[in-house]
Amino acid sequence: MLKVLKNRLEQGYRTAKYPKQPITLYERFRGLPEVNRNCSVEIIRRCADACPQAAINSDTGQIDLGRCVFCGFCETLSEGEFVRFSQDFELAAAARDDLVTYGDLPRLAEHSHKHFKKLFGRSLQLRQISAGGCNACEADINVLNTPFFDLSRFGIQYVASPRHADGIHVTGPISKNMRQAVLTTYAAVPSPKVVIASGACAISGGPFYGSDEIVGDLNQLIPVDLYIPGCPPHPLTTLHALLNYFK
Amino acid sequence: MVELLPIKNNELILRSDIPDLKFDDFRKALLDFTGEAGQTGQIVQFFAYPDQGDLKLLAVLRSDKLYVASCDAPAKFTSLTAESEKFNLFEREMAEQYGLEPEGHPWLKMVRYHANYTGRPDIFGNDYSSAIPGNYPYFKVDGEVVHEVAVGPVHAGIIEPGHFRFQCLGERVLNLEIQHGYQHRGVEKLLQTVPFKRLPILAETIAGDTTTAHALCQAQALESLIGLEVDAGSSRVRVIALELERIANHIGDLGAMSLDVAFAPPAAYFGRIRGEYLNLSQIVSGNRFGRGLIRPGGVTKVIGPEQRELLVAKFAKLTPEVEHVNDLIFSAPSVLARFENTGTVSHADAVKLGLVGYVGRACGLPYDSRITFPTEIYGELPANSNHVTDGDVCSRAVVRREEIMHSISLINTLLAKPESAGSYLPARLKLAPSAMVVSLNEGWRGETSHCLLTDAAGQILRYKVKDPSFHNWPGLAMALRDEGISDFPICNKSFNLSYCGFDL
Repeated sequence: MLKVLKNRLEQGYRTAKYPKQPITLYERFRGLPEVNRNCSVEIIRRCADACPQAAINSDTGQIDLGRCVFCGFCETLSEGEFVRFSQDFELAAAARDDLVTYGDLPRLAEHSHKHFKKLFGRSLQLRQISAGGCNACEADINVLNTPFFDLSRFGIQYVASPRHADGIHVTGPISKNMRQAVLTTYAAVPSPKVVIASGACAISGGPFYGSDEIVGDLNQLIPVDLYIPGCPPHPLTTLHALLNYFK
Repeated sequence: MVELLPIKNNELILRSDIPDLKFDDFRKALLDFTGEAGQTGQIVQFFAYPDQGDLKLLAVLRSDKLYVASCDAPAKFTSLTAESEKFNLFEREMAEQYGLEPEGHPWLKMVRYHANYTGRPDIFGNDYSSAIPGNYPYFKVDGEVVHEVAVGPVHAGIIEPGHFRFQCLGERVLNLEIQHGYQHRGVEKLLQTVPFKRLPILAETIAGDTTTAHALCQAQALESLIGLEVDAGSSRVRVIALELERIANHIGDLGAMSLDVAFAPPAAYFGRIRGEYLNLSQIVSGNRFGRGLIRPGGVTKVIGPEQRELLVAKFAKLTPEVEHVNDLIFSAPSVLARFENTGTVSHADAVKLGLVGYVGRACGLPYDSRITFPTEIYGELPANSNHVTDGDVCSRAVVRREEIMHSISLINTLLAKPESAGSYLPARLKLAPSAMVVSLNEGWRGETSHCLLTDAAGQILRYKVKDPSFHNWPGLAMALRDEGISDFPICNKSFNLSYCGFDL
């Protein structure tokens, strides 16, 4: 008993004050990219060729955040001339096209469907479906339930059954072997329901794009309402997305 | 041992130097090596690969050294598993990937549920146009009072998909069958066909929580094939990254195990503290999982004075917290009552199955590839040792606790040295032709290995990935025998194996 108390005192209260107080991540964190629109075509081409995810448009220089895995190679290769990755972790969007960007994203709070806010704003239950990814997305969603983030203080919970859920939060490139499970789980969620595609895999196949063994794009199977980019999305990226889309 | 070629970890081997045996000699050599007489003989790699229209088998074995041999692959051959369980999954995998048939395999069933690469008739009679459910021959115990429990692939928590089928007598589990394949993404096929620039991204996402170990295996293998040297400073960064990965995962799991036995405070504390270590990985690499850091030739980010100061300060603050929370967990009688003598895998079974990593060490198999086949600067660092090795949940938990403290001390030692890492800008590079290399690193789950073969043009002919989970999943199935089904969560957590690392 004494040990429990001693540890409790040592650990203290650690819940972040976000969103009331902003959080700044370490400078090496690669968040929203800021593309230099005056970059030379030659450098853009070089970065586009080198990008492992084919995420850079070699004509316009826009980056597709749904394909990007935020590896930072384009920044290194161009020595910051083509792009700099900021520490801004607010990356989510309601429309797929909005993810193709020079670095500006529409404000999610204004862009989301108003009826979701009315329905789920005070209490949101999500069923997470791990559809063939590498498990990093799942790990950084799980962490939202730990004291620093404490997701349930916002009225948001991940539930064990699709029957209890208001929507699905899908990660992974939808492997063929999980396709059926995703569709069945989605069907088991009572309407009205919301669909979230989280991580590069669920948006575009991520690192596995082109593989025969994946579907590669959740939107092909089920219309997606909310896109959360990243590889994996930082927990704060997910938290920002959930808070702004639903509240 | 005459027929096997001794090789070193990450050594560039000419394929023409690999002993090319007749199948019967190959089979005998492998069984002798891994059999009773050579109890420490284990398999690192054993796979089929195409060679100019034919199929061949290649095996990399370990005792205190590494050995390699190959042979032509007969379409049907006498199974090795029939005589040694170590070959079980490897033979099933080659049946699934290449349509080879190991005759006499005691339980020939699919591994990942996908069509084979050669277009041969499917060994299991599967038609892959239909979805996976119902196409698997689950083991069934008959009897009026026997009941069957099925879990997954979509699990209650936020975790990877997999299927568990229990045959139970009341609470008692008679048999657990674990079925995988739900996360099969075709990683090996991709690694063999994509442009060079995509390789590190794929390595990092084979198993997300094992980003660093897989990235290291690939980088080292490619460095060997290209002929690149890595400087000592980069090596230090790599080791720090790998040990940070180990610490974060062990801490998270000890917290989760505490939650599974309803002791909430350490779960909350370790849940948060794990994030602190992930944030240290982020300070080094810019990503909580260490992505973007390790590339062939070195590392993309240095640990400069600023990063070093942050790491040292955090370690000073976190280490006593970790010690106290660990002490809280392991001195609680209610926790120990649940952990001790639960989910026991005997030493004999561990040897027979070839269990690796902390699971193996907790069963009394002391193998740690950082000690036996050191890479980077592991050869200069002090080894860990474990003393609670009864093969139960408690032993696995104690081993992991010891590994946390050992990794902390390794990182402290490395941070005390002056930093001088070169950061590296990758370039277009050529691989040695007709070559082979095998890379082993001690990922946080255990021996992680990539084996690459190149063809005469220097293209990747075969890229074989082996995650430590490939060895250890059968260990979990054994641990559940005769256990209460309600102990499944802590048994599963005490192993914490990778589904995606297995599924590839």
